[in-house]
This record gives sequence, C-alpha cells and structure tokens, in this order.
Amino acid sequence: MTEKRRPLVDELKKGKFPSFVKEIEKSAAKNEAADQLLDLLERSYEDKRVHWKHGGIVGVRGYGGGVIGRYSDLPEEFPALAEFHTMRVNQPSGWFYTSDSIRKLCDIWEKHGSGLTNMHGATGDAILLGTTTEHLQPCFNELSDAGFDLGGSGSNLRTPSACCGPARCEYACFDTLDLCHHITNYYQDELHRPMWPYKFKIKISGCPNDCTASIARADFSIIGTWRDAIRINQEAVKEYANNGMNIQAEVVDYCPTKCIAYDAEKKEITVDNDNCTRCMHCISAMPKALRIGKDRGATLLLGGKATIVQSAFLSWVIKPFIKLDKEDGYQELKDILESIWDWWDENAKVRERVGELVYRKGMGDFLRATGLEPVPQMVRHPRENPYFFWRPEELEAEKAAKEVAGTEVDE
Amino acid sequence: MMTEAERFAKTDIGPPYFWDMLPQVIKDNYGKWLYHEKVKPGVLKHVGETGDELYTVRVGSPRLLSIETLRWFADLADKYCDGHLRFTSRHNVEFLLTDASKIDPLIEELEAEGWPVGGTGKSLKNLIHTQGWIHCHSAATDASGTVKAVMDDLYEYFKRDDLPAKLKISMACCLNMCGAVHCSDIAFVGVHRKVPRVDDAGVANACEIPNVVASCPTGAIRPNPKAKSVTINEEKCMYCGNCFSVCPSLPIADPEYDGVAIFVGGKVSNTRSGPAFSKLVIPYIPNEPPRWPTLVKAIRNLVEIWVKDARKGERYGEWIERIGWERFFEMANLPFTDKHIDDFIFSVPTFRTTTQFKFTK
Repeated sequence: MTEKRRPLVDELKKGKFPSFVKEIEKSAAKNEAADQLLDLLERSYEDKRVHWKHGGIVGVRGYGGGVIGRYSDLPEEFPALAEFHTMRVNQPSGWFYTSDSIRKLCDIWEKHGSGLTNMHGATGDAILLGTTTEHLQPCFNELSDAGFDLGGSGSNLRTPSACCGPARCEYACFDTLDLCHHITNYYQDELHRPMWPYKFKIKISGCPNDCTASIARADFSIIGTWRDAIRINQEAVKEYANNGMNIQAEVVDYCPTKCIAYDAEKKEITVDNDNCTRCMHCISAMPKALRIGKDRGATLLLGGKATIVQSAFLSWVIKPFIKLDKEDGYQELKDILESIWDWWDENAKVRERVGELVYRKGMGDFLRATGLEPVPQMVRHPRENPYFFWRPEELEAEKAAKEVAGTEVDE
Repeated sequence: MMTEAERFAKTDIGPPYFWDMLPQVIKDNYGKWLYHEKVKPGVLKHVGETGDELYTVRVGSPRLLSIETLRWFADLADKYCDGHLRFTSRHNVEFLLTDASKIDPLIEELEAEGWPVGGTGKSLKNLIHTQGWIHCHSAATDASGTVKAVMDDLYEYFKRDDLPAKLKISMACCLNMCGAVHCSDIAFVGVHRKVPRVDDAGVANACEIPNVVASCPTGAIRPNPKAKSVTINEEKCMYCGNCFSVCPSLPIADPEYDGVAIFVGGKVSNTRSGPAFSKLVIPYIPNEPPRWPTLVKAIRNLVEIWVKDARKGERYGEWIERIGWERFFEMANLPFTDKHIDDFIFSVPTFRTTTQFKFTK
C-alpha cells in the first residue's frame, strides 16, 4: 500500500510522546473510515475548523442513550465518514480488565467499527469511536452476548465511575468498586432511558485525594473519609526521619489546621485528631507511617459541574458522614439519591443541572425536600446578609409554643 | 430467520463484574493494603498486610488507541502480568506485576515501541483531553493535536518525579469542558471570539426557541417572532457556544478567530488548601495546526517558572497563592488585561478588597 501524503497530520507522527496519528494509521490499514478520518483531520488542519455536524438521534433497541450520532459535514468527499457514530461501553469498576476481555472488545469492534477507541472517555466508559447506523444493533448484540453493556448519554444517569479503591490503595475508606458496580446495576433504567431534565453524574473516590475528580465534575460526589484517629507507626516515622525526610518542613508545616506535631528529638509524631480535617497531606507524604482511621465511610457532596451555564461549581457537602456497608445494599445512600432525583426532576428547567437548581431555589428548599439536616459542615461560613426567609408555619409554630408556655405559667 | 439487525439484545445487564477482572494478588489483598512506595518514575510498589507485593507500571497514552495497540497491551499483560491490566482516570495504561524481576523487561519492551513509563508521584501526569476535530461538532480547536504537541515538548517532565509537586495539565476543546479542566494546575481550552451566525430558516425548522433563549448565560438571545427565529445581542454575547449546543443552526466555529485560552492554579484533591478552580492567565492563542508553537511555548514557560520558583510540595495554585497573582503575572511576563477581571455573575468576591498587595515593576 502506498502511503498517503498528509503533510500537516504527518507532523504529529514526530516527537517522543505516543502519536494518535500512528494509532489511526494502524486502523487505517484495515479500515476505510479510519483512513478517511486522517484525511478529514488534514482538512480541519488546513481549514482551522471542525468538520463534524451536530449529532442526530441514533441508537439501539430498548435504549435511549449510549450511542452518540456523528456525521461529517463533507459526506461526498469522505463517504466513509458520512456516519461515524460513537458507542459508549460501560467500563468495569476501576477500569480493571483481563487481557481476554480486552481482546473480546477488540474483536467485536474490528467487525463492526473503525477499530479506534478511547480508553477511556472522561466520564469513564470505554469509547468505541466510529461506526455506521447499520452496525449499531449488531455491534450491541455482540457486546451484550460477550457480557458488555452500553453506558449513559443524554439527559440520564451517566455511567458512574470509581477509583481503584481497596483493589490497590491503602487509603480506600470503603469499597468504591463494589458501590460503583452496585449503583450502576441498580439504576440501569435511569442509565439507559433518558427521563430527566439533564445529565446526572456520580463519581466515587475512596479518599479525600479524590482520584476521580468527583468534586469538580460529578453532580453527586461520594468521597471516602473517617471519623476517628489517624493511625501512627512511630517506628516508620523514625525510618522516614533517618532516611533524610525533613518531617517538620515537608509534613508538619503544610498541615492546614496545625493539628500535627513532630518531636525531632524522639522522632515521633502526634496528631490532635479532633482538629484534623483529613486533608491527606501527611498520610500521602508518609504512607508507611500514617494510616487512615478505622471508623470509615464517606462524605456526600452535591452540585459539581463545569462552566456551562451559570459558572463552574465544585460539589458542596450535603452529608458529612455516611456509612457505606454492602450488607444492606447501600440503602441509606440510595434513599438520599432518590430524594434528590425526585426534587430535581420535579423542579428543574430543561438542561438545568442539580447544582444550578439548588443555586436558583436555595439550600433551604433542597434540605426540606430531601430531609437532610442543615449542619455547619455544609458551608464555609454562615450567611453574611440579612435576607433570609421565615415560612408562615415556622411563625405559627413559634406562636403556638408561646401559648402553650403561657398556659402552663398561668396554671 | 431474524437478522442481527432485527435481533433484540439482552439489555440492562450492566458492566462486566470487576471482581472477575482482578489478579489473584489483588483478590488476596483486597482492602488490606498496608502502604505504598515509589520505586522509580512510573513504577509503584504496594505492600499488603500479608506481606504480598504488587508492582504497578504506569504508561503514558494519547487515549485514542487502535485495537492493534490494545491487543498488544493484552499480549504484554499475558507475558508479564498473568493477563491483567487496568486504565486510570487520566487514561494511563497500568500493568500490574507481582514479579519484580519482570519490571525492567516490561519497561524495555514498552519503551522500544515508544510507550513512555512515568507520570507517578511528583511528575507531569498524563494529559486528559477531549475529542476535538477528531470527533466533536463543537470543538473550537483540536484536542489530540494540541495535546501531542504539548506532551512532546514536556516529555521530560512525564519521565521525572522530582518536580515541586504533581502537575496536572488538562485540555478541553470548547467551553463544555468535558473532563475536569476547570480544576487543573494548567488548563487550555478552545474558545470562540465571534457571535454565532443565525440561520433563520434552520432555527425555525429545527430548534425550540424557548430552549435556545434559556441556554444563554447572559440573556443575549431574544425571540424573533417574525422569522420564527432568534436574534443575538452582540454586546452581551461572550461566545460560550451553549446556544449552538441546543440548536445546530447557530454555528459559531470561526477559522480566523477561534483559538485557545489558558487557565492555571486549579486542583481537585482536598489535600492542604482544598479543591480550587483554575484562573485565566492567557485569554487567547491562535489555532496553529499542526503543532501549535505559540501554545506549546506558553505552556513551557508556565511550567518552567513554577519548577524554578515553587517550594517543595507546592502545587501550582498553592505557589501562586503564596507569591500573589500580581507577582505571578510579572514572573510569567504576561500582560494583565480587562479580560482577566471577572464580569460574570460571581465577579465581586474576586476583587481585591484590601490594601494588601505587592507592587510590581
């Protein structure tokens, strides 16, 4: 086969970092769409603009999501890209695979698509990049036969994702992988059949290091934490010190609440646990010497999202601590989640994320609707303005209480 | 007989069960890991309460992978890892080994084919990015191309782990910001600078006017009942492209004026200072395919000043908080303009309401 000349795109075959152009070329050797994808990219580089049209509605039987329709705006010139849809395949929790499961995916995708993938998309799915409408259902049939299912897209529950958790991390405060798998399976209907005002993302991190970036991009962030003392191995502290670590400068001085102290003579660490906010700095700096506590669970946060529309939000605390035990099927967590969905579904405008709804309606409304208790852990500081509401029933209750008290005095 | 196209697949089976994907050493030590240490850049060692050891070899990836490469990874996993591998939230490939003597042969085999091992500890992490001109309709710039150019230039920082702290660089090709670019040490984002063009007939035909009006963060869009379309107030539009997301007849891509903006100082982890948004430092860099030299140079400058000046343990934003943004702009040799001062809905709390600041030259 004579190599095609694509002078601009070919520039990106140079350099030390792995080249996506070389990846596309590997598929292009067997697949015409992948070959034309490089031609189309060359055109985009010449024109300095995108050559894809808005997605159309395509899918597989039984689902309202999982497939993103994609069409080139130059179908006459690039006929193999007239349809170039994406399929989102729900990843196993923590993105663990066997080599056989990877090969299975590859074989199906070789038969039904371009041979190009994203491992993985930002939400967490394995992305199969580029196929035609005709191939969608047969491809899904084979994926399903092989034990794979599609992920979410559109106004539905997006594919939940989790960090590697207890599989490979000593900081895991609960079983992130099991929770992710359980929730994904329990809410299959919400995931496959868009029925909500907009998307809803759940991300699960086993500790405050938040390796899934849930606080930045999940509507519902589940982040592991603990309530008791950091465990200290003083022998290992001595080992770090003897190996040249400047514990005062590298660990103690960075503590945000100044709750950790180092005795340089004894080479020992003490922690004032009541004042610790579990930021993870000391533990991450000295993983051999310091360990997370034993009374573990998670903090629940709500509302994280990127800029569109009202500004980016970081998730904020709605429940400081929840136990996450698989024995009861995570019932308390699911009850909270469902009460949030009910309120959001009832009140949100089209394309309004749950964080934006709380911004519009106020935390008071949200808390009353979900039954969550207001606590100081929810805010950086209390309100600074005097613009707060009293509901008539609050004043009436106060009056009634006064009358009861008055009657009691009279007697 | 029913064809494949007519067949009903079994639905709602959910993802494959993760437990079936785990190597034996992980099953044996599940939830019982004791500690980890860094062996060398790109290699981690986890030790369980049982004394078992698990080695992780982390590989940089452009995220866009062909099935040929995936099959090769699967073969490597068979050869070195009893058939197990995983991916990370930043698109790295990770090989999981129990035999320490196999680490170096695996690395040699990977690097001989151009797959770099690194990105652990205090290093430049794998870039996360979006689809760009490869596969998205709303991209204001390319993703894979810009990321390749930046990673080629910063390659050395992926391979070493003696930076002041970890460095997370992220890329999004439009303001939809798929991925967490808004909370990265350094983020570059595709931006438009021209008002969308209104194709009245198309809007009338295909778009729901109330949704289009509601999609605008600044209230720049009004119904145009005569044309059954909309009008856009040029003075209020800041080119976010959200109206195009809901209505294809409001195209906003513009070859001459589109480009990239750079934000810095964000982070996600709760460590020390807590999560933070990235802040604007360079409002516009033109699209310069295929290798975006101005962008690459700008990011290198931003990385180098941090590596040179930050204290051990300071993430990008923590470093700037200490020295002050005024000093940062001076050190980075970047112009400070009206674009850098917020004028959106949460602007006022970002103004300096104290006389404490540093004078710069």
